[in-house]
Amino acid sequence: MWTYNKVLEYPINIKTPNPRLAKFIISQYGGPDGELAASLRYLSQRFGMPDQKSKAILNDIGTEELAHLEMVGTIVHQLTDGVDAGTIEREGLGAYYTDHGTGVYPQAAGGWPWNAATIAVKGDPIADLQEDLAAEQKARATYEKLIDLCADDPDVLDPLRFLREREVVHFQRFGEALRGVQDKLAEKKFYMNKNMKCE
Amino acid sequence: MIDNKDCKCEEVKCEENRNECKDNKREEMIEKIKCLNFAVIELGLYLDTHPDDQRALCLHREYTKNLKNLKDMYQKVYGPLSIYFPCNKWRWLEEPWPWERGNF
Repeated sequence: MWTYNKVLEYPINIKTPNPRLAKFIISQYGGPDGELAASLRYLSQRFGMPDQKSKAILNDIGTEELAHLEMVGTIVHQLTDGVDAGTIEREGLGAYYTDHGTGVYPQAAGGWPWNAATIAVKGDPIADLQEDLAAEQKARATYEKLIDLCADDPDVLDPLRFLREREVVHFQRFGEALRGVQDKLAEKKFYMNKNMKCE
Repeated sequence: MIDNKDCKCEEVKCEENRNECKDNKREEMIEKIKCLNFAVIELGLYLDTHPDDQRALCLHREYTKNLKNLKDMYQKVYGPLSIYFPCNKWRWLEEPWPWERGNF
C-alpha cells in the first residue's frame, strides 16, 4: 500500500504561466516515456522478479516515479493555471483546451492519450530489466529535449534538471539489479538424491 | 457537527500558536524535511542493490531519525504531512496542496 505525503519530492514554484511549454511537458505525464508509464511498468513487473534485490528496486523506483508524476502534473498545472482561453489558443493549446480545459490529462505531446502499449511486462526478469534500462534512457533523452525547449524559464528548468538526474540514477540501480539476476540465473544447481550412494 | 462525548482517545493538541514559529522558521524546516526526505529515498534505492554497505546504512539510520523528529515538530505547528499524524482537529484540509505551493 501507499501513504500520501503532502509535499513534493522537489519544490516547484513557477511564477509566470506559459501554456506553450505545458504542451510539450505533458508528454512526461502521459506520453510513451513519461512518469505514468514508468510507474506502472515497474510496479507491474515487480511481481515477476526472482530475487529480493530486483523486487525491491522495482517497488521503490516505481514508487518514486509516482512522486515524479505528481511533479510533472504540478509543472503543467502551474504553467496553465488561470490563463485565459485566448492566450491558451494563441500558444497552441486550443485543441487540448477543447477536450480538457486546463485540467491535467495523461497524454503525449502529440495528443495521444496514455496507452498501456507503451509499456511491457514480459514475465521474464532479464527482458523486463533490459526494458527498464532502455526506458530510463528514453526518459532521460526526453527531459533533455524538454530542457532545450524550456531554456528561457529557470523555474521550469530547475525541476526538469532534477527529474533528468533521477533517470540516470535509476538506470544505474537497474543495471545493478540486472547483474544480480544474471548471477542468480547462472548459479550452478546441485541436486542430491539418496539413491545415488555418493559417499 | 457530530459530537462524540464517549471518545476514549487521548486529546492530541496540534494547534500550537503559529506566531511562535515565524515564517522563515517554517521555510527552513520544510526545506530541511525535503532534503532529508530525498536523502532517505536515494539511500533506499542504493541500499536495495548494496544491502551490506555499512556506511550507507549508518547514514540511513541517522537521516530517518532526524527526519522523523523534524516532521513531528513541523506537523505539530503547521498541520499534518500525512493522514497518520494525530490531531484533535481535522487539519488535512487547511494547507494548500503541493501543486498549489502548499508546504513549499
